[in-house]
Amino acid sequence: MTIRVKVLERPIDQVSYVRSTLSGLATTFKHMIDPHKVTMQYPEERWDLSPRWRGTHRMLTTEDGKAKCVACGLCPTVCPANCIKLVPGEDEQGNRYPLIFEIDEFRCIFCGYCQEVCPEEAIHLGRHYENAEFSREAFVYDLERLTAQTHPVSELWDPAFPKGE
Amino acid sequence: MSGAWGLPPLAIDLAAWFPRQDSQIAPESIYTFAVASAVKLLVVFTLYLVGVALLTLAERKVSAWIQDRRGPNRAGPFGLLQPVADGLKNLMKEEVRPANADKWLFIIAPMLAFIPAMLTWAVLPLAAPMPTPWGLISMSVASLPVGYLFMLAISSLGVYGMVLAGWSSNNKYALLGSLRSSAQMISYEIALGLSIIPILLLSGNVSLNAIIEQQDRMGWNVVSLTIAWFIFLIAAFAETNRLPFDLPEAEAELVAGYHTEYSGMKFSMFFIAEYANMATMSGLMAALYFGGWNIPFTTWDTDGPYTVLKSVATLLTFAAKTGVFLFLFMWVRWTLPRFRYDQLMTLGWGIMLPLALAYIMVIAAATLALDAIGISRGVPYSLCLLVLNLAIGAVLLSWGDKGKLLSPASARLGQVELARRRARSAAPSTLAMGAPNARTLAVAAYGDPEPMASVTDARRDADADVNTLVEETV
Repeated sequence: MTIRVKVLERPIDQVSYVRSTLSGLATTFKHMIDPHKVTMQYPEERWDLSPRWRGTHRMLTTEDGKAKCVACGLCPTVCPANCIKLVPGEDEQGNRYPLIFEIDEFRCIFCGYCQEVCPEEAIHLGRHYENAEFSREAFVYDLERLTAQTHPVSELWDPAFPKGE
Repeated sequence: MSGAWGLPPLAIDLAAWFPRQDSQIAPESIYTFAVASAVKLLVVFTLYLVGVALLTLAERKVSAWIQDRRGPNRAGPFGLLQPVADGLKNLMKEEVRPANADKWLFIIAPMLAFIPAMLTWAVLPLAAPMPTPWGLISMSVASLPVGYLFMLAISSLGVYGMVLAGWSSNNKYALLGSLRSSAQMISYEIALGLSIIPILLLSGNVSLNAIIEQQDRMGWNVVSLTIAWFIFLIAAFAETNRLPFDLPEAEAELVAGYHTEYSGMKFSMFFIAEYANMATMSGLMAALYFGGWNIPFTTWDTDGPYTVLKSVATLLTFAAKTGVFLFLFMWVRWTLPRFRYDQLMTLGWGIMLPLALAYIMVIAAATLALDAIGISRGVPYSLCLLVLNLAIGAVLLSWGDKGKLLSPASARLGQVELARRRARSAAPSTLAMGAPNARTLAVAAYGDPEPMASVTDARRDADADVNTLVEETV
C-alpha cells in the first residue's frame, strides 16, 4: 500500500545552520545559569495534596479505639473492583462488627465509592501516596493496618462547593 | 654500616643511576628518564580516569541545569560521589553475553575502544617542563617528535572498537550503529586531518611542543586560522560521536547503537571511552589552536628559567582551556538535535572536505605572500591572517550558510518527478490526504457537503507551498 506523506516547505530563505545553532546555544545557556530549577527535592519537599486526593484507605475508629465499621456490607457490594473482603461478626449485645476486613490495594481503583456509601463514615480514602512495600502480600491491608493509619482522609467533594455533594 | 647491611653496592648504584645535575637541562641518565616516565604515566593515568569519571557527573549536571533541573545531588556533597556509585553499580552488574555473539571479539571490542582513547593523551604536553634536582622533566608522558602524527594514527584506531562491538554482538541495531560509525569516522577524519595542515604551514613542525612554542611567538592559532579551528571543532564532534553527530548511538533509532548488547563494566568501558575521546579532543584543541599550556598576555611562563610554580600555573591553564572545550561539548549536546545520516555525509564530503582543502590553499598562498612582502612571523603576521579569516568567515556566513539545506528531501527527485508529485498532492483525492481523517471518511461515505470548498482548499495548499513534496514509501 502506498502511504503518502505531505512534507511542508521550509522557509528556505531563512535557513541557516551556524546562526541558528548559536541562538540555540544562547537559549540553553540562559536556562543553565537561571537559578530557578523546577525539580522538587522529594524527601525534603512534598506536594500539597488536594483535599480530594484519593489514596490508600484508612479506617476511622471510635473513642475506645475500635473500628467504626458495623459490617453492613455496603462497601463490598458497591466496590467495582471487588477488592474488599468483609466477614461480619456479632457480639453479645447484637452489635455487628467486622471479623475480617481486608482491602486489596492492588485491585482497588480508588474510585471512592466505599467512602461515599459508608453509613458510619468508617472507611475512608487517604491523602497519602507513599505505599512502597517489599512483597505483594503486604498490599492487602487488614483491619489492624487500616485502623493504624494516621494520614489525613480524603474529602470526596469540595467543601467550598457543597452542591457537588 | 655498609658492611653490616650488605647493601653498599646497591646504594652506590642508586646514586649513580640518578645523578644530580643542572635542573634546567633534560636528564642525561636513561634511568632518570625511565623513572620519570613511569611516575608521569601513573599520575596522568590516575588523574585522567578520575577526570573522566567526574566528566560523567559534569555531563549530567550540565544537562540538568540546561533543562532547569538540579542534577544528581544525593551521593556526597553536590553529588560528587555519584561516579563512584555508578562505577560500583556497573562493576557488580551481570555481564550479559548474547548467545550467538562472537565471544572473543565481543570481549575485546570495549578494550579496543578504550585503549586508543587513552593513548592519545600520552603525547599531549600538559605544562611547562618541571625542574627537579635530577634534571628538567618534560611534562608530557612521551614527548614524541611526531606527536601530531601519532595522535592522528591512534585516534583513527578507535573506530575498530565500535565496528567490532557492533559486528560481534550479532544484533542488527548494533551492526547498523557500527556501520554508521565507521563511515562517519572515516569521513570526518579527513576533514580533521586537513584542518590541522594549516598549523603545520605556520609552525613547520609536527611536534606538539613546537606547535605550542610557535603559538607563543605568533599568538594563538585560533586567531590566525579561525576557519581551520571551526572545521576541527565540527570534525571533533563527529569523531567523538557526540551530538549533533551521534549517529552510531542514535538511541531514537538504533536502541543504543553499537553497544546495544553490552552491559556491566563492558558498557562502562564504552562510556568511559566516549568521555576519554572528548577529553582528548578538547586537549588537542587547546594544544593546537589555543596555545596549549601557554598563559596568554604574559611571557612570564615561557621566559627565563623554569620553576615548579610555572609548571603548576601552566598545568592549570591547560586544564582550564581543556575544561572550556569539554563544557562546549556538553553544551552543544544538550542544545542540538541529531543530523540525518545523508545530511551527515553531505556535510562531511560535500562541505567540510572541500572547505578544508580550499582553506589549505588560501593559507599556503597567504603565507607565501606575507613572507614575500617581508612581514616577520610574529603577531602582525597573525593579525594579517586574522583579517583574511574574518573575510572568509563573513563570506561563508552571509553566502554559504544562508538559504541552503543540507541534502533536502526534494534534491533526490528530478524536476519532472517533483512536478508530477506536486500536481498529485494538489488533487482533492482522499488518498492524497495521508491517513484518512474523520472528514475524508465522511466525505467518502456520504458525499462532500462542500465540494467546492474542499477542492479550493487543496488547490490553495498546493499553490501556497510550491515545494510541497509527496514522498512515497511502500
